[in-house]
Amino acid sequence: MKRGRMRELPLHLMILPSVILLICFSYLPMGGIIIAFQKFVPAKGLFGDQKWIGFDNFIYLFRLPNFMSVLWNTLFIAVMKIIFGLLIPIVVAILINEVKNNTLKRGIQTAIYLPHFLSWVVLGGIFIDILAPGDGLINQVIKAFGGQPIFFLGDNKWFPFTLIVTETWKSFGYGTIVYLAAITGIDLSLYEAAQVDGANRWKQIWHITLPGMRMVIVLLMVLSLGNVLNAGFDQVFNMYSPPVYASGDIIDTFVYRIGMLEAQFGVATAVGLFKSVISLTLISVSYWFAIKFADYQLF
Amino acid sequence: MKKNKKFKWFPVLNTIILIMLALICVIPLVHVAAVSFSSSAAASAGDVSLWPKDFTTSSYSFVAKRPAFWRSMKVSVTRIIMGGGLSILLTITAAYPLSQPKASFRFRTVYAWFFFITMIFNAGLIPWYMVIRQFGLLDSIWALILPGAVPVFSVILLLNFFREVPRELAEAAFIDGAGHWRTLWTIYVPLSKPALATLLLFSLVANWNSWFDGLILMNNPDKYPLQTYIQTIAVQRSFSMMTREEIQQMATISDRTLRSAQIFLGSLPIVIVYPFLQKYFVKGIVLGGVKG
Repeated sequence: MKRGRMRELPLHLMILPSVILLICFSYLPMGGIIIAFQKFVPAKGLFGDQKWIGFDNFIYLFRLPNFMSVLWNTLFIAVMKIIFGLLIPIVVAILINEVKNNTLKRGIQTAIYLPHFLSWVVLGGIFIDILAPGDGLINQVIKAFGGQPIFFLGDNKWFPFTLIVTETWKSFGYGTIVYLAAITGIDLSLYEAAQVDGANRWKQIWHITLPGMRMVIVLLMVLSLGNVLNAGFDQVFNMYSPPVYASGDIIDTFVYRIGMLEAQFGVATAVGLFKSVISLTLISVSYWFAIKFADYQLF
Repeated sequence: MKKNKKFKWFPVLNTIILIMLALICVIPLVHVAAVSFSSSAAASAGDVSLWPKDFTTSSYSFVAKRPAFWRSMKVSVTRIIMGGGLSILLTITAAYPLSQPKASFRFRTVYAWFFFITMIFNAGLIPWYMVIRQFGLLDSIWALILPGAVPVFSVILLLNFFREVPRELAEAAFIDGAGHWRTLWTIYVPLSKPALATLLLFSLVANWNSWFDGLILMNNPDKYPLQTYIQTIAVQRSFSMMTREEIQQMATISDRTLRSAQIFLGSLPIVIVYPFLQKYFVKGIVLGGVKG
């Protein structure tokens, strides 16, 4: 037994630095959630002698006139992004799989994966430029076809859709990779058998390719449940402005503004906690479903 | 015969659709590059679409003379080297104990939960910020490195990879008298090189692309990493980081070409590296996609 414990000591030592860092930057902040129940004065410090006010921050929050619209914006933008993010890659993966020329296939893949690896700072800067109402590339095209210029980033009617479309643009390529991997796993003899039976290409896609992707589709759908409150802070923060707060302000940007800019630490922490608790519930449910029905294994 | 002819239309149409999709993905970047190499007059008039007009590199020579640009570049390079190195080291040393069977590491499950909880529950922005501030890390490069140094998700990917390594190899090493450290570095790490390359690449990209931590954890703009610096220029469009001489010089080159040049520079390392390492990028996503 003693020998066994000696053998385990190096394992504890190996993992120790990571554990310390996680305690410092993940678990200590969890302790810092107490801020949500305090009238927090930053100068007194975290875990300092703060005044406890129970649920007052939460009550204040739910009475804020714009909190409900922030919640709605978050849900709407996030759910739309999830739906497009699931469906479009399925279609594109099937189309790519039908390309027989390998150079072309690789070239297309290289191009459509690229935006995923660029930051929203770079892409936000680019979109602010090309979506500008006056001299932006898109509006020049619209004007060339005789249309009225659209202020994509400044008009509440257009802003949420601009967010959804640009997010889909950034990540659909990335989404196809997993589906393509699933398609590669399909037994080729199934297609040969189908051809012998006279099934055309559409029938092959419908009866072989799609069912072959079914497990991955279900799994990704279930796991996306955890993102229902993640409307994409990086993107919104780099594309929004005060005129479109009504349609584009989301929980995370709201937390940033009331916390970091208005220094209402207690209220901002309460909003963050509200989001984290709901997300934790959703993520747990989604993992439970994935493990139970999709044979998913994390560890 | 008729059916056969109809059949051939699909590949053509499909190819056209996909090529258009591919173009849509690269056109915005090409446009920004084109603007950045155009004269200020052409850019302000909105004459530039996908090819530079009145080709000039004056925006780039202006950027090259900006101390603020080089300072933030230095912060970013320091950050990706230190942050990338540290995170790959921690990923290896955390994944190995967690990949052990329960019989040889009894606390495995406890540690696994300890790591897993940080993935599913997040304290939120303010407590996180307050902790870093309390540690006195504001305005220090460590604030950009330490908080994200343990990529729990990568740890999980790597531990799954380590488990695929045949147990007999490790046991043979133990019989030869090797300890856990030697086994890890002489057997597990060499066998996982492709996975490690992928994880390192992802960590470098993540470090290069982060900007928000720089924005809130660095009070002094001199300490901004490049992406945060670009954020203030391209998104906030603030002139606060410019010296008086620079603002005067701005009269000769347009705000727009200058912005485009810096946006393009911010994406350049990834655009250059990405086609060569695409294999690793893709592998990382396939690994990570379903483990999301």
